[in-house]
Amino acid sequence: MRTVPSPRSLASVGEPLHFDVERVRQDFPILSQEVHGKPLVYLDNAASAQKPRAVIEAIARFDSHDYANVHRGVHTLSERATLAFEGAREAVQRFINAAEPREIIFVRGTTEAINLVARSYGAAALSRGDEVVISAMEHHSNIVPWQMVCQERGATLRVIPMNDDGELMLEEYEALLGPRTKLVSVVHLSNALGTINPVRDMVQLAHARGIPVLVDGAQAVPHLGVDVAELGCDFYAFSGHKLYGPSGIGVLYGRAELLEKMPPYQGGGEMISVVTFEKTFYKEIPYKFEAGTPNITGAVGLGAAIKYLQGLGLSAVAEHEADLLAYATRRLAEIPQIRILGTARNKASVLSFVVEGVHPHDVGTILDRHGIAIRTGHHCAQPVMQRFEIPATARASFGMYNTRAEIDSLIEAVHRVIEVFR
Amino acid sequence: VSSELRDLYQDVIIEHSKRPRNFRRLDGGARHADGYNPLCGDKVTVYVDEKDGVLRDVSFEGSGCAISTASASVMTEVLKGLSRREAEQLFERFHSLVTGREPEGGQMNHLGKLAVFAGVSEFPARVKCAVLAWHALQAALKGEEDMVSTE
Repeated sequence: MRTVPSPRSLASVGEPLHFDVERVRQDFPILSQEVHGKPLVYLDNAASAQKPRAVIEAIARFDSHDYANVHRGVHTLSERATLAFEGAREAVQRFINAAEPREIIFVRGTTEAINLVARSYGAAALSRGDEVVISAMEHHSNIVPWQMVCQERGATLRVIPMNDDGELMLEEYEALLGPRTKLVSVVHLSNALGTINPVRDMVQLAHARGIPVLVDGAQAVPHLGVDVAELGCDFYAFSGHKLYGPSGIGVLYGRAELLEKMPPYQGGGEMISVVTFEKTFYKEIPYKFEAGTPNITGAVGLGAAIKYLQGLGLSAVAEHEADLLAYATRRLAEIPQIRILGTARNKASVLSFVVEGVHPHDVGTILDRHGIAIRTGHHCAQPVMQRFEIPATARASFGMYNTRAEIDSLIEAVHRVIEVFR
Repeated sequence: VSSELRDLYQDVIIEHSKRPRNFRRLDGGARHADGYNPLCGDKVTVYVDEKDGVLRDVSFEGSGCAISTASASVMTEVLKGLSRREAEQLFERFHSLVTGREPEGGQMNHLGKLAVFAGVSEFPARVKCAVLAWHALQAALKGEEDMVSTE
């Protein structure tokens, strides 16, 4: 059950000797409050993580001193803002080990990153009868954009099945890859089940047939050491707000060679070099894909979040979270009325469960009155719910600042749920 | 467990959620409509057999949380035999109750069995659960057989 990311991917991050969770908690002002008279226990990190003071202050400092539009003016503030914005791009590049900063495109979030590839790459590459392969555990944001573009182009969406543990069936995956397959788009770490998919192997299988691969890394990036060079993927998408940074900013990594061939996603300012009414020449990547004024402050906040995470050491964070997941899984499994959804061998950060005879929505309400924030519902992954024939689950998802004591509170509150419905 | 939770999850509500009344489809010319809450996946189909302006029978099917299931169950019980106008007035009073607004003319005591849902008003996120079946009922009465969504 314990899953620590591969050592190679973390080698560049550094290994502090000790992870002091109490000290980390001090960095997150929002955590020191009570909800309904109980200490807040925030276990909804897969939906959105909280921000450390380092991020909150970086945003305030930038907006108070350096803010202006980027790449526009010759004045001092515009230069400072441009430096900060491009500095954030370089921080992202190093963080995921991309070859060049121009392979990092700033977008609103994972959803927009996937839509960008579906619109730009998908529309150019897909013809009638072609196929796009996704998996049975995708978030709606890695289903709907492909359905839309497939419908437009007369292409077909194929789905890699999963087994009862919530693991993708790799033989079936390989069988799906054929001459009409134009792209594979697969989640790295499932938001509904916690499964870590063997993305590197999946990329190799696709590349052996000349098929590019997009990886949805929204959940993986905060919890695993992501190294796009090691994974070998062609596109990698993630969001700032799950990485202890702001919402409204996210990243699409794309291999330069592919990005250069792709048509722009949106037209407007920033993405052009020359415009006449007859014809427009586009800028080089990444600007070709960044039409309009970007979320400048958001990018600066994301850069600060990455710096904060690197300061703690991602391997130490991953190890702490693996301990929390193993502990919570063991404690929950001791309760006879609990069924855990997602029992893959490789898991991280996410624990989905149902309480026998109690709808997850009621579980969520009762837990909230005990100060515990979890997510209940379909987690924007309705096909996953259909696969397990349940309407919804309760989901506890862990972050760097959670503790074993908080999991004890969760278990205690789950017993209260059972008591109410006895 | 806090008193607010006890107020929300009263024994009557838990009991109705576990053994819902009139949990069946109505055939033979009864009208029906679906209610759906995309946030939590609650789905309910309400059937109503109305003749000469009187609700002769009301039933439901579906799956949902304790609040939405119990609300649908109690609704089917209290509506039987009422006129359409009375049913609409009752929904108005019920809506005031679960949203914590004072009903006009102090009609709280005309709620009968529905009064067990008073605790919902302390849980704004759960109001949609309590009114889902009622919205489906309204749609069925109006002959709108498309799905009613809370969003």
